[in-house]
Amino acid sequence: MPSETSDIPIQSGKSRPAGPKDPVCGMPVEETTEFLSDRVGTRFYFCSAACKGKFEQNPEKYLAPTTEGAEKGSNSNVTASHHAASSVDKSSRETAQIQIPIVNMDCANCAVTIEKQIKQLDGVKKVNVNIATGKAFVEYQPTVTNSRQIVGAIKKAGYKAGQSSLTLRIGGMYCGSCVTKIEDDLLRKPGVISASVDLASETAMVQYIPAEVNISEITKSIESLGYTVRDGAAGEKAEPRKEGETRDETEIAHEQEYKRLMRKFIFAATVSVPVVFFSYPNLFGISNLMRIGTASAEIITFSMAFVTLIVMFYSGAQFFTGAVAAFRSRSANMNTLVASGEAAAWLYSTVAFLFPSVFPSQQLAGQFYDVVAVVTALVILGLALEVRAKGKSSEAIKKLIGLQAKTARVVRDGAEKDIPFEEVIVDDIVVVRPGEKVPVDGVVVGGTSSVDESMITGEPIAVEKQSDDEVIGGTINKTGSFKFKATKVGKDTALAQIIGMVQQAQSSKAPIQRVVDQISGYFAPAVMILGVLAFIIWYDFGPQPNLVFALIVLVTTLVIACPCALGIATPISLMVGVGKGAENGILIRSGAALETAQKLNAIVLDKTGTITKGKPALTDVIAVNGFDENELLGLSASVEKASEHPLAEAIVNGAVERKVQISDTQSFNAIPGKGVEATVNGKHVLLGNSKLMKDAGIEIGTSEEKSRKLAEEGKTPMYVAIDNRFGGIVAVADTVKEDSKSAVAQLQKMGLEVVMLTGDNERTAKAIARQVGITRVFADVLPEDKAHNVQKIQMEGKKVAMVGDGINDAPALAQADIGLAIGTGTDIAIEASDITLIKGNLSGVVAAIDISRATMKNVRQNLFGAFFYNTLGLPVAMGALYPFFGILLSPIIAGAAMAFSSVTVVTNANRLRAYKMKTS
Amino acid sequence: MTIDRILVTIAGLSLSGWIGWFFWFSERKSTKVETMESGIQEVVIKVKGGYSPDVITVEKGRPVRLNFYREETAVCSEQVLFPDFNKQAMLAPFKTIPVEFTPDREGEFGFQCGMGMLHGKIIVE
Repeated sequence: MPSETSDIPIQSGKSRPAGPKDPVCGMPVEETTEFLSDRVGTRFYFCSAACKGKFEQNPEKYLAPTTEGAEKGSNSNVTASHHAASSVDKSSRETAQIQIPIVNMDCANCAVTIEKQIKQLDGVKKVNVNIATGKAFVEYQPTVTNSRQIVGAIKKAGYKAGQSSLTLRIGGMYCGSCVTKIEDDLLRKPGVISASVDLASETAMVQYIPAEVNISEITKSIESLGYTVRDGAAGEKAEPRKEGETRDETEIAHEQEYKRLMRKFIFAATVSVPVVFFSYPNLFGISNLMRIGTASAEIITFSMAFVTLIVMFYSGAQFFTGAVAAFRSRSANMNTLVASGEAAAWLYSTVAFLFPSVFPSQQLAGQFYDVVAVVTALVILGLALEVRAKGKSSEAIKKLIGLQAKTARVVRDGAEKDIPFEEVIVDDIVVVRPGEKVPVDGVVVGGTSSVDESMITGEPIAVEKQSDDEVIGGTINKTGSFKFKATKVGKDTALAQIIGMVQQAQSSKAPIQRVVDQISGYFAPAVMILGVLAFIIWYDFGPQPNLVFALIVLVTTLVIACPCALGIATPISLMVGVGKGAENGILIRSGAALETAQKLNAIVLDKTGTITKGKPALTDVIAVNGFDENELLGLSASVEKASEHPLAEAIVNGAVERKVQISDTQSFNAIPGKGVEATVNGKHVLLGNSKLMKDAGIEIGTSEEKSRKLAEEGKTPMYVAIDNRFGGIVAVADTVKEDSKSAVAQLQKMGLEVVMLTGDNERTAKAIARQVGITRVFADVLPEDKAHNVQKIQMEGKKVAMVGDGINDAPALAQADIGLAIGTGTDIAIEASDITLIKGNLSGVVAAIDISRATMKNVRQNLFGAFFYNTLGLPVAMGALYPFFGILLSPIIAGAAMAFSSVTVVTNANRLRAYKMKTS
Repeated sequence: MTIDRILVTIAGLSLSGWIGWFFWFSERKSTKVETMESGIQEVVIKVKGGYSPDVITVEKGRPVRLNFYREETAVCSEQVLFPDFNKQAMLAPFKTIPVEFTPDREGEFGFQCGMGMLHGKIIVE
C-alpha cells in the first residue's frame, strides 16, 4: 500500500500537523524554528534549546523509534522533515481510546461544545460525548496527543474532567534527570493528566482519570524505572497527606517514644536508688562507710559521678541536645532550664569530689549526684506520661479519619467492582450493602435503607434513605442495600472537609494564647536570671555553708519552672474541645470563634429554616356544613396533587401522613391569584382564597372569623368548596422544629437574649415567636438589611451571635461576632460562618455555646494552674519561705513538681473528653 | 563584705545581664530562602530541639515550601503550627514533611511547636 504514506501531505492539513515534530518532546514545531540539528543526513527540528540539547547528547535514543517508524511507513522516499515526523505515520494505525468523565455537564449543547473543542486537537480521530453517561469517549493517536491535552480541551470548553490526585513517596531519586524521567514516563500513560515529581520531598503528585489508570499501574510504572515507591504499593490520598503524615504514623511514633522514654526512666530510676542511698549516709546508718577521706567513700563517690554522668547522657540526652539547639537559635526553653540545673549540680559535686581543697571548708564539699539522677528520672517520667495523655487528646480527629471507608463498590461496564475509595469519581454509581460504610457523598438512585449518620451529624437516630436523598461518606448503612450516584469525592466530601476544618481549628490560636506566648517568650531566660540572682543573695546573705545553699537554690529554681505547662495550657484544651464539638456535629472554625462564643450576650435567630423547618406543613383541617374532615382533606389533596404550588405539596403530604385517600382529578384548572379547581370522583372542588369563593358565589359564613384567627397564628388558611357548597378550611404553615422551643428556653437560661429576625410579616413572625418563647422580634426585614439589624444589637454593647442558613444570611453571619451556619447534609463549607452546625437544628446552637464555655473554662483552669504553679513555685524555690519558716525546697521535690505540672494540664484538658453535651 | 562575695555578686549580675541580652536583645541571623526553578521558595528545616534555620526570609506572593525534617523522637516537636496561616503539620520522625503556603502580606510570622516551646519566624518581604 504505497499510497498510504504518500497521502500524508494531502491529509495533514486536516488531522495531522503539517510540519515536523520535535523528536524529544513530540511537540509539533514550525520548520522555521531556530533550533535545528542535522544528523545522519536528516534535519531535526526542536521546540526549544533544552530539547535540542537533550537530543544532541544522545541522538540514538530519539532516533531509534524514528527509523523503526520509517520502515513501517514502507516508503523510504519521504522527505527529511517527514523522517523526523514519521512517528506520526506509525501511529496512524495505532490509536488509543480513552473515556473521560465530565463533571459539570448538564445540557445537550455542552456535549457539542466539548466535542468541538476536543476535535480541534491534532491526532484525535473520534470524539463522542455522551450527555447521559456524562462521559467523553475519545479515540486518538497517543504519539500526537495525550490525555492531558484532551483534558485541557475539555477545560477550555468550560468543563471539568473527573479526576483523582495521588501523592506517592518515591525513593532512589538522586538528580534532576530522575524527575524528568519519571514525569515523562507517567505522562505517556493514557489517563495520566499531570505528574509532578519533587526531588526535595521525594514525592510525586499525579492527577489521573481513575477509570483509565489506577494506583497500582502508576506505582508499577515508576518501579519499572528502577525507583522504589515507599509506604507499600497502596497509594495515598493527596490532600490530607500533603500537610503532614497520617495520624496512624503519629500514633506509632507515640508508642515508640513512650517505650523509649520508659526505658530511659527505668534506667535513671534504677540508678537513683543506690545514688540516693549513698547520698544520705547518716539517714541510712552508713556514715562510717562514707566518712570523707576513706577509700570506700572515694570509690562510691567516684562510681556515683560516673553513673549519673551516664544517666545525664543516656536518659537526659534530649535535655542537652535540646538546650544546645535552643541556644544556637538564641532561645531558651524547658530543656535549657533542666540541662543547666543538672549540669550545675553535677559539676559542683564533681569539683567538690576531685578538688575538695578549693573549698574553704569540708562542709562545702557536698555532693548532689542524687539530684541529677532523680530529677532526670522524674522529668523523663513526666514526659512519658504526657505522651500517653496527648494521644488521648487527639482521639477525636483520629476517629474522624478512621471513618473513611477504604474501598467502594462501583458499577463499571455493567459489573460491580471493588476499588479504593480514592478512585471513585463523580457520577460513579456506588453500591452499598447492609453494614457497609458509604464511601463518598452522593444521591441515592435506587433502593432504600436506613443510614446511621451519627458520626457526622451527631444525630443518634438512623435516617431513612430513598431515591433522591443525600448520603454522606463515612456514614454506616444499616438495613437495606442501595445504589447512589457519587456527587462529591476526594477532598470535596463532607468528611474530608470536616477533617480539614477541625485540623485547621486545632492549629489556630485563641487570642488568649497570644498573650501567653508573649509571656512564655520571656519566661525561660527570666527564670535563669532569677536563679542567678537567688544564688547571689544566698551566697551574700545566706547561712553557712552559703555556697551549698546558693547552689541548691539555683538548681531548684531552674528545675521547678515549667514553661511547658504554660505553653500547652491553651492548645491542648482547644484540641480536645474542637474535637468534642466535631464528634457532636459542631464544627468550630477557629480558636478565636471558641473564645468569642463564650462571651456572647445575645443570639439572633433567623426564622425560616432555623427556628422553623422552612417547609410548610398542614396544620388545620376545619370541616363545616356536615362534611367530614378526612373527606375535605382527601378532596383538597387530590386537587393539589396536580398543582405545583409549594403550599400544595404541604397539603398532599399532610393527607399522606393522615393516611387519607387521594384520588385522580379531571379537568384541573389553576385560577391565577385565586386558587384552583378540579373534578374529583365526580365532585367539583374549588380550593383557594376568599376571592375565589366570592366569585363562585359561595357563602363562607362564620368561617371567616376562624380563618382570621388562623392567619393570626401565622398560618395560611385556604377555603374549600365542594359542589358549590362551602366545605371548610385547610390551613398550612411553616412549623417550628421539634426542639426549637426547648432550645430557646435553654439559651435564655444560659443568660442570652434571644432575638428573632425574619423577612415575614409581623403577624406571622409574632405567632412563631410566641410558640417558641421569643419576645424580641425584628419582622419585615429585607434580606440585605439583616446585617444592619445585627449591627443594631451590637450597638447596644452586646456580643451577638447570628444563626442562619449561610446562603441568604451570609452578610449577617459575617457582621455578627459569631456566625453560626446551619448546614444541611453535605454542604458544610460555609465561608461566612465561625461555627457550622452539621445537624440543622437549634439544640446544636445550645451545644455549640456550651462546649465553647466548657472549653474556655478548661483553658482558664489550665492557665491559672500553670501561672499559679510558676508564680508560687519560683519564689518558694528561691527560698522566700526560709527566713520565716525555715523551709527550703529540695531540687528533687522541684523536679517532681515540674514533671507533673504539665501532665496535670494535659490530664485536665482530657477531662473535657468526658464532657456530655447539653441537649434539650 | 568579703572579697569572694563581691566577686560572686559582680559575676552573677554580669551573667544575668548577659542572659537578658543574649536571649532577648541580640540579633538573630536570618536565612534567605532561595527560589527554585519551579518558582517555589524552598528550604529544608532541621528539627532537633529547635528549628534550624529558625528565622527565614521569604518573598511575598511567591509560594513557599518548608521541608521539615525531624531528627528526633521527642514528642515536643512532633507538631509544627503556623497560627497566622492556620496551618499545621504532624512531623513524623526522620521524614521530610513539606508545608506549603503563599505569603500574601508582609510582616513577621512566627511558627512553633505544639507546646510553644520551640519557636521560629518567617519574615515576609
